[in-house]
Amino acid sequence: MFCKRIIPCLDCDLAVPRGRVVKGIEFKQIKYAGVPWKLAKKYYEDGADEIVFLDITASHERRGTMVEVIERTSEDVFVPLTVGGGINTIEDARRVFNAGADKVAINTAAIKNPQLVNKLAKYFGSQACVVAIDAKRRYITSLKEAKGKTVVRTPEGSCWYECSIYGGRRFTGLDAIKWAEEVERRGAGEILLTSMDRDGTTDGYDIQLTKVLSEKVRLPVIASGGCGKPEHIYEVFKKTKVTAALAASIFHYNIFGIGNVKKYLAEKGITVRI
Amino acid sequence: MDLAIVDYSMGNMKSVYNAFRYLGAKPTVVKKPSDLKADKIVIPGVGAFGDGAKNLAPFIPQITKAITSRKPVLGICLGMHLFFENSEESPGIRGMGVFRGEVVKIRTRQRLPHIGWNSIKIKKECPLFRGLDGEPMYFVHSYHPLPEEDIIAVTTRYGCEVTAGVCRGGVYGTQFHPEKSGGAGLKLLENFLEL
Repeated sequence: MFCKRIIPCLDCDLAVPRGRVVKGIEFKQIKYAGVPWKLAKKYYEDGADEIVFLDITASHERRGTMVEVIERTSEDVFVPLTVGGGINTIEDARRVFNAGADKVAINTAAIKNPQLVNKLAKYFGSQACVVAIDAKRRYITSLKEAKGKTVVRTPEGSCWYECSIYGGRRFTGLDAIKWAEEVERRGAGEILLTSMDRDGTTDGYDIQLTKVLSEKVRLPVIASGGCGKPEHIYEVFKKTKVTAALAASIFHYNIFGIGNVKKYLAEKGITVRI
Repeated sequence: MDLAIVDYSMGNMKSVYNAFRYLGAKPTVVKKPSDLKADKIVIPGVGAFGDGAKNLAPFIPQITKAITSRKPVLGICLGMHLFFENSEESPGIRGMGVFRGEVVKIRTRQRLPHIGWNSIKIKKECPLFRGLDGEPMYFVHSYHPLPEEDIIAVTTRYGCEVTAGVCRGGVYGTQFHPEKSGGAGLKLLENFLEL
């Protein structure tokens, strides 16, 4: 039986020794949640299918800290580890792979230099190259306004989705769904799709975005942004074609343990690894 | 030397190393073919068949010697693919040919790569997979071997039947990554240590 994956995400501030896990709300306010490798171990023991570390430190002087986080984690955590944030070159990727990471997730670097996707896929294999897409709704009043964009109908109105870079601080004008199709052609192995409108809100995943994008590409898609309770994960698996769901705050603050979320999903008929 | 992990520059060897360490073994990561003299050999690896075959070539005489003297050899993912004769992934490139058959792209309507946890089904008694029937393991691949002999030990379903593990004599292979498959994967590596 092929299982849906539950992936906790650790947003890491590496500007302090050993790093710390933080959680922003709508990509802004920050709360602290713990030491990265300790939380990773806890999640592994709770049944996490994979763990994502996102470096949200703006400065590039902290790279060594992420290497240390991954090295310590991989000593006793035996599920796939993904590193995102701060990966701009093949060398950056090699450094975290050598530390024990299995995949890198790239967003800003991929949009600024799409060839990086091809190169990562060529050097390390498609399976090691996750493209992260941070998508923001742009509501429209007429179709003419959204010329050339993929228009999606939502309960809040029609919109297209714009890719954002630098952790939500800059917008690109790029259509998120078209970009997903392009990175698939370039050899990406997975797409980590975050709704910026939902991230940190606990209102649930952006079902419309996730549904349309996961039907447009054949790659595995990971839904992210907005998970506030187990029902949200059930909903995204039921209504869209994603094969994995990522969440942060519901796991960090012990609101719902990973084990309990999986038990709930299994009872609702979703195949998960228990 | 009890256990050698062949480092032929195909992905990091660290996870496999860490997993064996965690189980109390003392693995050695071997970078030089002449140093490959252990009682047990593990060939990990992620990446393309062609590059893998090229990089593994200098180690093949020692690996063949180990197989002939019935030492346990475990190939993981690409490491297993290289036991076969050739692969659709890299036409014209020869594998080790320990097993007859070809590595082919998975013929499925499901999404590729096949990434994630999928449960394995035991098809044939093999000590490596003992106690693991029905356990989910972590897969990440688009190709799998189609052996031309009766060596398939475990399979999984992904829109079609996928070869998940093979064994014959002392040669073992897994398509999934035991070093990334949580407790069930560690159990498999423990089984390997006990062979």
